[in-house]
Parts: sequence; C-alpha cells; structure tokens
Amino acid sequence: MTIAWSDFTPWAALSGGILIGVAAAIFLLFNGRIAGISGILGGLLTPSQGGASWRIAFVGGLIAAPLLWLAFGALPPIEINAGYPALIVAGLLVGLGTRYGSGCTSGHGVCGLSRLSVRSLVATLSFMAAGFVTVFVIRHILGV
Amino acid sequence: MKQTLAALIAGLVFGIGLIVSGMANPEKVLGFLDLAGLWDPSLAFVMGGAIIVGLVAFSVARRRTLSFLGLKMNIPQSNQIDKRLVFGSLVFGIGWGIAGFCPGPGLVALGAGEGKAAVFVASMIGGMILFDLLERRKKAA
Repeated sequence: MTIAWSDFTPWAALSGGILIGVAAAIFLLFNGRIAGISGILGGLLTPSQGGASWRIAFVGGLIAAPLLWLAFGALPPIEINAGYPALIVAGLLVGLGTRYGSGCTSGHGVCGLSRLSVRSLVATLSFMAAGFVTVFVIRHILGV
Repeated sequence: MKQTLAALIAGLVFGIGLIVSGMANPEKVLGFLDLAGLWDPSLAFVMGGAIIVGLVAFSVARRRTLSFLGLKMNIPQSNQIDKRLVFGSLVFGIGWGIAGFCPGPGLVALGAGEGKAAVFVASMIGGMILFDLLERRKKAA
C-alpha cells in the first residue's frame, strides 16, 4: 500500500468530520432522529412515512450548503470523472442498495458506529468492502 | 416549525462538513477506495472526526426519552443482521465505487450546480422509487 501523501488532507478531513458529527448531534438531540441521508430522502418518496417538512428542510440544507459557501468564497474542486452511463448505473445501485440495507455512509457509517450498533458495523463493512472491490476491478483489472 | 428549522440547520452543517472534508469531491472518495493505487486515507479521518462527536451525542441521547424540542426519540432498535442488510449494503457499495458518490455528497454536488451530480441524484431517486414499488408489490402478493 502506497499512501498518496500529496492528496492526504488529515486536518481538513478531521475538521469536516467533526462538523458532520455536530450536524448528526443537532439532528439527534433536537429532532430525536438519526441523520441518515438515504432514509430521510427515501421517506419523502414514501408518503406514508410522514415528516415531509423536516425531510425537505434537511435535504434542502444539504443542497443549499454549497450556495452558502459561495457567499464567502470559492468552492473546492468537485471532480466527477465517471461518464453518464456509469453515473446512471451508480445512482440506481446506490438508491436501491441504501433502501434495502436501510442506510448509507451517514446512517450506518457515522450514526450507527457512533451508537455502537453491530448491525450498522456489518452494513458499513459490507459497503466498504464492495466499494474497495469495485474500484479495484474498475481501475486495476478493467483499467478504466 | 422549530423541528423544520433544526433539520435545515443540521442539513446545512452536514453539507458544509462534507465540503470542508473534501468528501463532496467523488475523486477524493475514490482515492480512499483505491487501496491498490495511491491511497488517500482522508475518508477514515472524516469518519473518525464524526464518530468522536457522535459517541458523545448518543451517550446524551440514550439518557433521554424526549429530544430538546420535546419530540419522541426515534433511535433504531433493530439488531437484526439479515440478507437484506448485507445484500443491500453490498449493492450500495458497488454503486459507491463506480462513481465515488454516496447520497449526501451527491446532493451537495447537485447544489454546487454540477450537471453530472444531477444525473446521479435523479437516478438514485429512481432507484429508491423502484425499491418502494418492489416492496409494495411484495406486500400485495
């Protein structure tokens, strides 16, 4: 394993991570809920789930965050190298998978591990492993 | 009203955190998932930072029956480890590895005006709707 020292940004990663933790803490302690983004968004698509206003507010906050950032300065680069067909397949798999698995990087990864849930640990290890294998296959076997 | 405002603030802070951490950039996420290439460990530090705060928040939450706004605490109780959990998470991980997007960063990049992120998010919502349709059919059967 070779570490990409020029890409590695431990302090930015740690401070951004702390902000994500603070956001999850606000949502947990004020709204009494897990800040699981796939669940919050998915619940909007299932009207029987209820809570449309806070769901829209949370998702709206995520979408508005870069706009708020732009009021103070330039956004850091967002590099999307996947092509359109890959993005469509990726989106479908992420949408289906997170709903079947009841969570994503935020709900299982951040919140689930924070509450020491074994179920979320299993989910996190599963999607991380699948992510590692997928990138290995795409970059090192198919050589895309 | 207060509940909606708290959700908006949580969403905003979450999004800012994703931008600060570099996780709104799929190429940086893929740098973490590419163990065999030049590996960028940043994502592990993002998770670490978030979990440190999360551990404190959940230890406070566990001692409460109502939230600060007087709402019922809705913390998942399920401990069930089944095929749905593992299979769903594996499918999610494959999608994550293809484009480097998970749901949060997809929404943030959409807000930043990235057309490709809009395609990803639209397709992700399509996947979620498909899930609902399949579930409904299963219940009806």
